[in-house]
Amino acid sequence: MATQQTRSLARFMMAPSVVLLLVWMVVPLALTLWFSFQQYNPLNPIRDGFVGFSNYALFYSNPAFLQSILNTLTLVVSVLLITVIGGILLALLIDQPMWGQGIVRILVISPFFVMPPVAALVWKNMIMHPQYGVFADIARFFDAQPIDWFGQHPMLAIVIIVAWQWLPFATLILLTALQSLDGEQKEAAEMDGAGFVSRFIYLTLPHMSRAITVVILIQTIFLLSVYAEILVTTNGGPGYASTNLPFLVYQKALLEFKIGQASAGGIIAVILANIVAFFAMRAVGKNLDK
Amino acid sequence: MARSVTTQHKTIATIAAWIVALLIFFPILYTIITSFKSEQEAIQGFNLIPSGTFESYIEVQAQSGYFKFFLNSVLLSVGSTILALLVAIPAAWSMAFAPTKRTKDILMWMLSTKMMPAVAVLFPIYLIFRNLGLLDSRIGLMIMLMLINLPIVVWMLYTYFREIPGEILEAARMDGASLWNEIIYVLTPMAVPGIASTMLLNIILAWNEAFWTIRLTTTEAAPLTAFISSFSSPQGLFWAKLSAASTLAIAPILIMGWFSQKQLVRGLTFGAVK
Repeated sequence: MATQQTRSLARFMMAPSVVLLLVWMVVPLALTLWFSFQQYNPLNPIRDGFVGFSNYALFYSNPAFLQSILNTLTLVVSVLLITVIGGILLALLIDQPMWGQGIVRILVISPFFVMPPVAALVWKNMIMHPQYGVFADIARFFDAQPIDWFGQHPMLAIVIIVAWQWLPFATLILLTALQSLDGEQKEAAEMDGAGFVSRFIYLTLPHMSRAITVVILIQTIFLLSVYAEILVTTNGGPGYASTNLPFLVYQKALLEFKIGQASAGGIIAVILANIVAFFAMRAVGKNLDK
Repeated sequence: MARSVTTQHKTIATIAAWIVALLIFFPILYTIITSFKSEQEAIQGFNLIPSGTFESYIEVQAQSGYFKFFLNSVLLSVGSTILALLVAIPAAWSMAFAPTKRTKDILMWMLSTKMMPAVAVLFPIYLIFRNLGLLDSRIGLMIMLMLINLPIVVWMLYTYFREIPGEILEAARMDGASLWNEIIYVLTPMAVPGIASTMLLNIILAWNEAFWTIRLTTTEAAPLTAFISSFSSPQGLFWAKLSAASTLAIAPILIMGWFSQKQLVRGLTFGAVK
């Protein structure tokens, strides 16, 4: 009856979103792919032309490439470990009966709303600065030598900052999952004499597994492309010590104008993200069916 | 007996949770405190009590025209959100109320566009923007922010719309409501809370976006993310000024965020955790 009309109307209503996203996805990516096989230098256009895979070869053989992959993985894995384990512990703590739970929640979630450049600069200057930072004040109080965080341990410093930004997210998601746990089930387990640890392992953890999966997948997407935090703190240095893949591609493209190599790096980043996305989509898709 | 254990338990939990919460919040708190110090005070070691001067706020505005960046942040986040809603509401509506076999595939595909790393298309986008004269323009950046958040907006609206019972629509149709009336009088009032939540979360995401807003702007369209990043190379004493600029940059969104905790969970997990 009206279904034919409804169906064509539905298609018409969906068209703008689909077309916009299709263009947004296909056009720039196709250009990147094309540039990755070209010699293209806006400052020196004489030698421009098709060069096959040599951009990829150049990008691979760059010692910064391996370092950047390593840094990218270090950042993703360490922040995931800190935020997931810390998030579970924090969620368990906040879920306890206490006074002022609402305010505690608000305080804990706050860092997530701080824009990345502010988060990074506040940590760099207010907390970790070797002379005027709070850590330096604490070190001096104990007569210790303040640590030059960004000079000596740049990756560790960035991991700490990014973990601070994402711990609230993990905590909030895991706490939401925890609070949907059936109280009666918990009580029954308690009555049967299950201690806190066995209750956690056999009841709470399985209940939270879906939320944990979601936290890991979503954070991975964002952590693979950390950029502003590195830009305003170490600028990738010293040397390439804190350069991740996105930052290396940015440097090649906009600072060195090696567009071909940057595009090759971009394609590698896409492949990396696709591997992650493959698992992410499967998990989210499964949840959609429920 | 049991009661005293409970009280003791509650006391310990309260103390532990407050200590951890204050530690996590500390960098923000210390920034707010430092913003009310003078530059001399700010570097004189750890001190939680500021003299209460507003000079850093006045300085930041006087030196760099802070308000312009703030205004750009408001325009870009609100503008891109409205654009995204205009495009996404019809799509989410049709997927929720007239789903087809391909609806799920389309939703998954939309989500997958979110996973494309921004750097991979940095140069093409830069080139396109330059050739269209969109570099450092508010409208260009608005479209950009709209595009990167569109999948989340469609998804969130879809999960909200799907909860509107279909029977109500049928009842309205039986009473002779036209499709247009159905949308205006029946659906819209029920959808407003979902749309408002989506809007709130999207404004937060757009406000804090710190890749395209930094790379595609220089001065005219630069929002707070770009302005704050300019503090990365310090010149002289700037601790109190950095704190004042940072406090103003995060305050509105922090307060919005406190009110949107639930929507945040739902929006960022694509409805998988509620």
